[in-house]
Amino acid sequence: MATTGAATNGRPSVGRAAELVRFATAGSVDDGKSTLIGRLLYDTKSIFEDQLEHVARTSLQRGDGYVNLALLTDGLRAEREQGITIDVAYRYFQTPRRKFIIADTPGHPQYTRNMVTGASTADLALILIDARNGVVEQSRRHAFIASLLRIPHLVVCVNKMDLVAFDQEAFERICSHFSGWAAKLEVTDVTFIPISALHGDNVVERSARMPWYEGSSLLYHLEHVHVASDRNLVDARFPVQWVVRPMSDEYHDYRGYAGQVASGVFRVGDEVVVLPSGIETRIAGIDTYDGPLEEAFPPLSVSLRLDDDLDVSRGDMIARPQNRPIEARDVDAMVCWMSERPLQPRGRYRVKHTTRTVLAKADELRYRIDVNTLHRHEDADGLSLNEIGRLRLRLSSPLFVDEYRRNRTTGSFILIDESTNDTVGAGMVL
Amino acid sequence: MSITVRPHVVRGGEMSYEIPHLRALEAEAIHVIREVAAELERGVVLFSGGKDSAVVLHLARKAFWPAALPFPVMHVDTGHNFPEVIAYRDRMVAEIGARLIVASVQESIDNGRVVEDGGPRSSRNRLQSVTLLDAIEKHGFKAAFGGARRDEERARAKERILSFRDDFGQWDPKRQRPELWNIYNGFIKPGEHVRVFPLSNWTELDVWQYVREEGIELPSIYFAHRREVFQRDGMLYATSEFVELLDGEEPFEESVRFRTVGDMSCTGAIRSTAATLEDVVAEIAATRITERGETRADDRISEAAMEDRKKEGYF
Repeated sequence: MATTGAATNGRPSVGRAAELVRFATAGSVDDGKSTLIGRLLYDTKSIFEDQLEHVARTSLQRGDGYVNLALLTDGLRAEREQGITIDVAYRYFQTPRRKFIIADTPGHPQYTRNMVTGASTADLALILIDARNGVVEQSRRHAFIASLLRIPHLVVCVNKMDLVAFDQEAFERICSHFSGWAAKLEVTDVTFIPISALHGDNVVERSARMPWYEGSSLLYHLEHVHVASDRNLVDARFPVQWVVRPMSDEYHDYRGYAGQVASGVFRVGDEVVVLPSGIETRIAGIDTYDGPLEEAFPPLSVSLRLDDDLDVSRGDMIARPQNRPIEARDVDAMVCWMSERPLQPRGRYRVKHTTRTVLAKADELRYRIDVNTLHRHEDADGLSLNEIGRLRLRLSSPLFVDEYRRNRTTGSFILIDESTNDTVGAGMVL
Repeated sequence: MSITVRPHVVRGGEMSYEIPHLRALEAEAIHVIREVAAELERGVVLFSGGKDSAVVLHLARKAFWPAALPFPVMHVDTGHNFPEVIAYRDRMVAEIGARLIVASVQESIDNGRVVEDGGPRSSRNRLQSVTLLDAIEKHGFKAAFGGARRDEERARAKERILSFRDDFGQWDPKRQRPELWNIYNGFIKPGEHVRVFPLSNWTELDVWQYVREEGIELPSIYFAHRREVFQRDGMLYATSEFVELLDGEEPFEESVRFRTVGDMSCTGAIRSTAATLEDVVAEIAATRITERGETRADDRISEAAMEDRKKEGYF
């Protein structure tokens, strides 16, 4: 074991600040997704020797005939037995510039809910297309889910380029097909990269075998895509999580409102409004354990102190008087259904939105959307597991929401079944 | 500790606010801790004295500062601890002013709740689950915070940040609630409880870098020291009254440190001269073996050792 010296393995150099980037991948058994993730982890020295030995040993026992890197991510007994990925697996790797969290999700339609879950926090979606097969139903579905969840950046890896002789035309044909489909979606940033995950072409290093490709390698792209500006820094929103009242001698009259900044920037002295009361006041201070801050922005967890002694409690929202969220008693939303018990028309559910939970009735299902064709079925009378539809909810008391397209934090909610307590739906405010 | 968050100006005079990944992970963890405190009334921080639980405790203090921790700290005591760790535990709890609950595996054995295997290779690791579940039930805890990370082990890579346990304390990997955005569903039924893992998205290196940046105190056994050890199954173990030597096992002195903190009977040491935090962070950044693979006998039992233990109510 090395005992001295800084990182020499391509792992992060000690002490350097890296930025956190989350990306989601989706794929099925044959498109090379596991190989690609394995390649990224392996080439960034994120797979440890004992993990690799274990995978090699298990591959041999199973008679895979090769080192099956999918075994790295398939963590549950049932997954290994059935040779499938059931659930979202989180993987981590780091380069000197960035720390990456991969939400690795299965690609079949029956796992749409897992894809939606992985996509909900992603800055970037990685979609794999087999160069031999071109754009298939699954690629379209993945792109749709990425756009529905408003993942700001899409990277389409055209994989297995080695099997089409690194042919530029094959690559460009796929790019143009995909772009045609993506034009129907609200996708802002798409990057195409021709790769061979198995051989490593254009994964970490630019490949000499595709001189016609002038873009960067996948890892270079992941390291440099600009994600900081994806956050909403305009609309100041602060859902109150917890009221800090020490009631100690030292902090006798202290009252801080703890929470994570959802969006926008809060500065000391800013005029703010507390919702639902509508009372206006100013920010007296922004506190953290490490000392006061002049300003707070997403995703920081802080405590706000206000000028006036108000009755503020968990579930309240602090915003700016001139820029308020929508006070909604009814919500129109795209909802992905996540439970084996279908959405009940007129059914009653709990809605958890930021730190506020209210009751809701499923008033009207406008349509169910076919995730493969985008066709809207307006005669739909319910949503089953993995189905997505446009739903109108009537709320027992108001929520302070923004459109999901503008604000992924104050525009999202979950639906909770009152009897089982399960999370049964994921909603995005329209 | 000065906060390393700083806004800076980018092109066109537009402000950009970037934060280092440790601050993003910290903010996420604090958010989780506050959500759980707000939604599940009776919480407890599980504190083994290990680095991960030390970081959880530190984050919990940050989450409620300047108020005191709104819940007690609990140590599941196997009776086979490193004495340095117990001393550290008592020092930390006193410093924070938290209430310490000790759930004793020895008591579970004495009461006949569990039966010890015996023999030179026996470990009390697995027995902890019963003691832990009994204590959770006795105190009526609804949420138990732990330091588990998803990068530690494959079963954990699939576990939610809020991990639900039924009336029997069991984890059912197939019935996990989806976790979307930063919205956590804390609704449970009587008898059920939640294990909460605020460090889910941290790696071992993140933990060490954070410990260094924050100046968090850790037990001395994490740093290189000379100790009497013996070799078994390719790992080095500390000699102690809790471990019987087998034939051919000869104790010798070595410069070692521990990468994880568990029972003396199942936690292996590594040869190391890393005596300071700087040295340890450098060592971890360069290592090619996972901490559990290198130092934990309890994970070597089978392919799904962790998954099986978790289903029984393990951490």
